[in-house]
Amino acid sequence: MLEGNAIFRNIYCLLAGNEGNAAYCTPLAPGQYGYAGVKFGLLPHGWEWVAYFVAGFIIVFMVVNAIMLSTALYTWFERRAIGRFQARIGPNRWGPFGLLQPIADLLKMLLKEDTVPKDADRWVFNIAPIVMFVPMLLIFAVIPFGKSSYIANLNIGILFIISVTTVSALAIFMAGWASANKYAMFGAVRGVAQLVSYEVPMVLSIVGVILLSGSLSTISIVESQRLPFLLLQPLGFLIFLLAASAEMNRTPFDLIEADSEIVAGYHIEYSGMKWGVLQAAEFAAPLATGAIMATLFLQGWRGTFLPSHLWFLLKVFSIVFLLLWIRATLPRFRVDQIMGFAWKGLFPLALINLFVTAIEVLIWPLPNTGQLWLMVGINWIVAVVSIVAFANILGQRSFRRLRPRTSPLAGVTSEVG
Amino acid sequence: MYGLGILQGLTVTFKNLMRKPFTIQYPEERIPQHPRFRGEEFTWYEERCTGCASCAKYCPLGIIKIVTHPGKTNMQEGDYYAIDVFDIDIGRCMFCGLCVEACPYDALFMGSGFEEGQYRRQDLVIPVDRLRKASKRPSTWFRPQLEDKGYNPHTGKELSWRQVGRHQQPSQEDLKEKWAER
Amino acid sequence: MTLKTEPVTINIGPQHPSTHGVFRMRVTFDGEVVVDVEPVLGYLHRGSEKLAEERTYTQVVTLTDRLDYVASMSNNLAYVLTVEKLAGIKPPDRAMYLRVIAAELMRIASHLVFTGFWLNDLGALATPLMYCFREREKILDLFEMLCGARITLSYMRPGGVFQDAPEDFWPALHRFLEEMPNYIDEYEGLITGNEIVLVRAKNVGILSAEKAVNSSISGPILRASGVEWDLRKADPYEIYDRVKFNIPFGGVGDNFDRYFVRVQEMRESLKIIEQCVEQVEPGPVRSEVPFLVRPPKGEAYGRVEAPKGELGFYLVSDGGIAPYRCKIRSPSFINLTILRDILVGWKLADMIVTFGTIDINMGEVDR
Repeated sequence: MLEGNAIFRNIYCLLAGNEGNAAYCTPLAPGQYGYAGVKFGLLPHGWEWVAYFVAGFIIVFMVVNAIMLSTALYTWFERRAIGRFQARIGPNRWGPFGLLQPIADLLKMLLKEDTVPKDADRWVFNIAPIVMFVPMLLIFAVIPFGKSSYIANLNIGILFIISVTTVSALAIFMAGWASANKYAMFGAVRGVAQLVSYEVPMVLSIVGVILLSGSLSTISIVESQRLPFLLLQPLGFLIFLLAASAEMNRTPFDLIEADSEIVAGYHIEYSGMKWGVLQAAEFAAPLATGAIMATLFLQGWRGTFLPSHLWFLLKVFSIVFLLLWIRATLPRFRVDQIMGFAWKGLFPLALINLFVTAIEVLIWPLPNTGQLWLMVGINWIVAVVSIVAFANILGQRSFRRLRPRTSPLAGVTSEVG
Repeated sequence: MYGLGILQGLTVTFKNLMRKPFTIQYPEERIPQHPRFRGEEFTWYEERCTGCASCAKYCPLGIIKIVTHPGKTNMQEGDYYAIDVFDIDIGRCMFCGLCVEACPYDALFMGSGFEEGQYRRQDLVIPVDRLRKASKRPSTWFRPQLEDKGYNPHTGKELSWRQVGRHQQPSQEDLKEKWAER
Repeated sequence: MTLKTEPVTINIGPQHPSTHGVFRMRVTFDGEVVVDVEPVLGYLHRGSEKLAEERTYTQVVTLTDRLDYVASMSNNLAYVLTVEKLAGIKPPDRAMYLRVIAAELMRIASHLVFTGFWLNDLGALATPLMYCFREREKILDLFEMLCGARITLSYMRPGGVFQDAPEDFWPALHRFLEEMPNYIDEYEGLITGNEIVLVRAKNVGILSAEKAVNSSISGPILRASGVEWDLRKADPYEIYDRVKFNIPFGGVGDNFDRYFVRVQEMRESLKIIEQCVEQVEPGPVRSEVPFLVRPPKGEAYGRVEAPKGELGFYLVSDGGIAPYRCKIRSPSFINLTILRDILVGWKLADMIVTFGTIDINMGEVDR
């Protein structure tokens, strides 16, 4: 799984390069990989597993820390950007532009008392933040950050992402149930209903991408995108965007934590660093979503004249900004509307998208560029038509503004005064 | 329908993203206050005060405490009372300004500042010594004579008791005519 | 298999972000559906009515600031009108214009607070709230020019206002009147057409006109139900008979109507202020009234159309310097009486939103 990774290859060969793995450790071209000596492995023969473990650990350590740091930076960015959307300034006290604000927040959370409710199920209560946070990290295992820069080339990468993200529903229910609080219970029940419902359109919208690229591996999906799948799959992109923002409980689908209704939902009883971990998971979710969507729909790291990693970051950033913009603008749905939107709106739209894409793939199994552009045209027409049609079917008649009518009770003259 | 209203809302928020923030960083920047602002640091001119305690009577909460004793006789203005105690408990004050409205001699003014935060409640009582020593930047609230002069307590100079009266200061000739040459 | 279900009782409040103060509702839910609502009041009771009996007529003005603290001008106006009626004082014309300008500015400010917090109840992460407060700050700046305070204004006195507006008030008011319609358009762009707001607010929390009238509801809620009843027209006080304005009213009486009536009222208030600015003439602003008003024995009821409804003061005089009895008819409290009728049967989220449209203020409810 890790063999294609350049850093892994260098570290592994530095530690355990010998005759046995000369084929793997010999440079393919001069200067392509940093370490070339086949016989100069630091570890004796028979200790390759240590090299494998160390190299793997170093990569994972780097990636996990990078994600933690970018999550911390993202909390700063989100607060600043939402502040500017709301015509205020946002945190700017610690460090330049307030960049050290996440550190200050972290210190504050570490110093706070860690309270557990008396009736809480302590074991579940304590473990829920971890169950919440770990899937967010696992997602990045299969994301290609740049050209041949990834942790694992899993041949079922997309399936891995889907199955891992589902765990967060469990974490939310664990946190809500164990808190022994009615508000938290409301949040947990809402959370399970919503997250399970939105899994379905999300998966179905990915299937179109899988059909077009012919692979489940995220790496080959990126490589097979001659055109960004955003153009080829506009409906899929929209469905995935909406379903993903529902999956990570952001407005307009944030009724799991709905601070104006059930105060904070499932994390109402958390305090201190446990709350911090829950929040970190919530702030890592847009980054993970941005990474997935950049990989699936925006050609991943591919791009001209800029380094591949920078391209990837730019794409993630644009998706994250879009999510943030939506969050700063929209109010929240109601619980029955949110379920109806998933099952009556997004689910059929995803099926239509899947159906059209499947037919196109059947007609043009290996499309050339002209055929691809034809598919783009067809898909956009299908997207617009189906959205308009579903809006008309599901749309509320009451959107039309009724003419005000006077009640017969009006015009009663004043008797007092 | 079709999400067009949502798109319109998104443009509105984007327009506001491009605008300058309307909040300010308080200790460094300040909102310009109007001269009429009813502030906490009461301005009191002992020279003008006769100790009539109108302010204490008019205060809805009764938070002004005044103790006087008969002082020496002033040739120009007759007997007057010396002020022993003039305590204003701004911990309970609601800055309605009725005391200022009641003062017949323009001795008491609302202040211009608002930063009298203290750590202990008893420090919130402004005793007479602090009132004497406080910087004299009276608010123009209910004092049209200051407003007519265009006085701004936030930018202008401190005013002495002779400058804040509602009548013209009599000239030296007038005084002589009135008191010395009759 | 049948699952055993049972209703859940939850305390919404007194510490809850959406109860707008220290209001408490003991709500019974069947799943997400509201089965029963029991309001619990009195967490902010300060005995304003009793305190008024111990204060002179002028000093009570400062107490009225604290009733509805987002609309203190209207409270001042209602009280001052009652005292004038009781003592037979006629305020000068300019004072009445100034009072109406102040009261209408206060109405805009109060409705801005409503709009912002209502959108917060809908879940819009405080963005419309910040926009609304931006404009409210401008109104508060105007009030600071007018009377030196921003929230607890105490601007009016029996027999007029305490002092004329300063010179720089009028250009600032002109600038505000020019800017404000654009900002209202902006809010409407953000809120009125938004599909999520529409599905959340349309046909939710319907209050029929009959029930509204029978429960003596007043203010924008009553007008949203289609009853064209506004004290400014029905029982004109001050100079409202000299200005032209419309009474916006709704058709259905749902949450959206209650929001939309208020937005239109902001525009109408701007119209009223514009006309007042045109009509106002120089002159005295306070008639010769002693500080210790001694009204003759008797009683009087004065009322105004406050932003939240009919605000009335009932004063009984025994000839002394303080009212013998002061009864406050606060619109928020009366409007709360329909709470159970319009909340039961809707979902938890609707409950919060419908409760938000009643636009109560706890300082006024508990007095």
